[in-house]
Amino acid sequence: MSPTRSKVGGAMAATSRDVAARGTASSHRADFPLLVANPSLHYLDSAATSQKPSVVLDAMRSYYEHDNANPHRGAYALSVRATERYHEARRAIARFVGLADSDCLIFTRGTTEALNLVATAWGRANVKRGDEVVVTAMEHHANFVPWQQLALAVDAQLHIVPLTSDGRIDQERLASLLSAKTRIVAFPHVSNALGTINPVREIAALVRQHTDALVVCDGAQGVPHLPVAFDTLGIDFYAFSGHKMCGPMGIGALLGKRTLLETMPPYQMGGDMIEIVGDFATTWNVLPHKFEAGTPNVADAVGLAAAVAYLEGIGMAEVARHERALTALADGRLRAMAGVVIHGPRAEQRSGVVSFTVEGIHPHDLATVLDGRGVCIRAGHHCAQPLMRRLDVAATARASFYVYNDEGDVDALCEGVLAAQQLFGDDAA
Amino acid sequence: MTRPEAPTPELEALFHDLILDHYRRPRNKGELAGATARGAVVNPTCGDEIAVEVVVDGDVVRAVRFTGRGCSISQASASMMTSAAAGRTREELRDTADLFGAMLRGDTIDADLLGDLRALGGVSRFPARVPCALMAWRALEAAMARADGD
Repeated sequence: MSPTRSKVGGAMAATSRDVAARGTASSHRADFPLLVANPSLHYLDSAATSQKPSVVLDAMRSYYEHDNANPHRGAYALSVRATERYHEARRAIARFVGLADSDCLIFTRGTTEALNLVATAWGRANVKRGDEVVVTAMEHHANFVPWQQLALAVDAQLHIVPLTSDGRIDQERLASLLSAKTRIVAFPHVSNALGTINPVREIAALVRQHTDALVVCDGAQGVPHLPVAFDTLGIDFYAFSGHKMCGPMGIGALLGKRTLLETMPPYQMGGDMIEIVGDFATTWNVLPHKFEAGTPNVADAVGLAAAVAYLEGIGMAEVARHERALTALADGRLRAMAGVVIHGPRAEQRSGVVSFTVEGIHPHDLATVLDGRGVCIRAGHHCAQPLMRRLDVAATARASFYVYNDEGDVDALCEGVLAAQQLFGDDAA
Repeated sequence: MTRPEAPTPELEALFHDLILDHYRRPRNKGELAGATARGAVVNPTCGDEIAVEVVVDGDVVRAVRFTGRGCSISQASASMMTSAAAGRTREELRDTADLFGAMLRGDTIDADLLGDLRALGGVSRFPARVPCALMAWRALEAAMARADGD
C-alpha cells in the first residue's frame, strides 16, 4: 500500500522500524471498493461488520444478471440454474467450515437468527421446568437473551459462568455448574467485546464429562478470523454471520448435527419447508429445507460463497496471523500510553480485537474525536451488557482488525487517542 | 509518534470550553432531597443513564438535580439543563426543550433565547451524538409527566 494514502504517513515512516510491526503490511486493501474510494479512512470496526471485496459484489450482481429465478420450483432451466447456484454456495461454505454433510448447514439471516432457531425449536421442545441452561458472562446479547428468555418461559434455571480476572471463561466454575439437569451450554468461540479466543474443543470435552447437555457455540467472531472445522469440535450447534467475513448482510448459517436437526421441530412454517400439507396436519421436508421456510436468499448465499473463496485465497491461517500481528502492535502501543487500560487477556490469547478505555475520556467522546480523523472504532457496550457490568465499565472503545488493515491504521488510532487526551486536557492523563 | 494535528472547527465546537467545564464540574449533580418526582432514561446504544429529580410547586419547578454516568455531551447537557430549569414554569421549560431540540436538529432558531445552552449547538453537526445531548431533557420530561400526576 502506498504510504501516501494516510494523513499520518510521517508517523508510519517513523514507526516502521518497530520490530513488532513486521508482517503487518496489507496488500488486500485494493480489493475493497469502499476503502479504495476513501483512501484516508481507517476502518477499525470489522468486528461489527467487515467491508466487502469486489469479487463478492460482482458475484451477487452476476447472479441477478444471469441466474435469478425462484429456486426449487424447477419447471424451467433458469430456476434449475438458480437452484444449482444456491446448492453450490451451501456446499462451498460447508466445506470452508469443516462440515462434511452440507445438508446440515441451514442458511439463516445471521448468527442471531441461527441462535434463536436453536433456542426456540430445540429449546421449547426439550427444556422443561427445573432444567438448567448455562451461558457465560462474555456473551453477545444474541447468545444470551434467547437463553435467558427460554429459561424464563419454561421456568428453567439460567446459570452465568464467571470469567477469570483476565477475561477468559473460568473452566473450574463452568464444571461446578454442570449437572444431570443441564440441558444447554452456550458460549462464544471468540468474545466480540474482548477478543478472547475460547478453546472450543476443550470446553466441549469438559461439558461432555459432566453432562449430555447440548453444546452451542456462537461463532460470529470465529469463522471470519480463524480456521474452523465444525466436525472436529465435538459440539452440537455452531452459528455465524456472513457480513463479518467479507460477505453480504442478511445471510449466515447454523451448523448442526443431523440427528438433532432431524428430530427437532421446525422453526418457521411456510413454503419450501413442507412435504405434504393436509387440511389438518403437515409433514416436513428433508434437511436443509425443513429449516428454510420461504423463498431462500440465494443472492446473498452466492455472495457469501464468493467471500469464502476470497478468504480461502488468502488462507485462514494467514488471516489469523495478520490480525494477531496488528493486535500485538496496537496492544503494545496503547499500553505504553498513560491512562490507557486494555481489557481482556494477553494479546496472544485474543483475536483481532483491542478493547480499551482511556482515563477521563468517555469512549463515545473518544470515538467522535477519532471519527474526525477518519478512524472508525466502536464505542459502547458491544451488545454485551452482562460483561460490561462485570468489568465495571459502562462502555469501552473497541478497535478491530481485518485483512485490509495495516500498520498505518494502528498509527492513526494511537495518534487519535493522543489527540483526544490533548483535547480533554486535565481530565485525561 | 508525531504530534496530532489540531482538532477540526467542528470538533472544537462540539467540545466547546463551556461543555468541558460542565463535564469536569457538573452543576446540580447528586440526589435531590424532598424530590416530588423522578424520571430516568437509558441510551440503549451505549448503556449510559441519566436520572433527573425535581421539586415541583404548582406550576413552577423549584429545584432540579441529576445523577448518572455518561459521555461529556450527556453529562454537560444534564448539568446545563438543571442550571437552566430551576425556577422556570412548565410552559417555559416546554418551550426551551422544543427550541433546544430544534437547535440539535440543525434548524435555524433564535439561539439567544437558549442562553448557555447554545454551547451545545455544535452537536447538530454530529447526528450520532444528538441522543446524548437529549438524554437529560428526556429524563426531565419523564419527571415532569410524573409530577403532573400529583
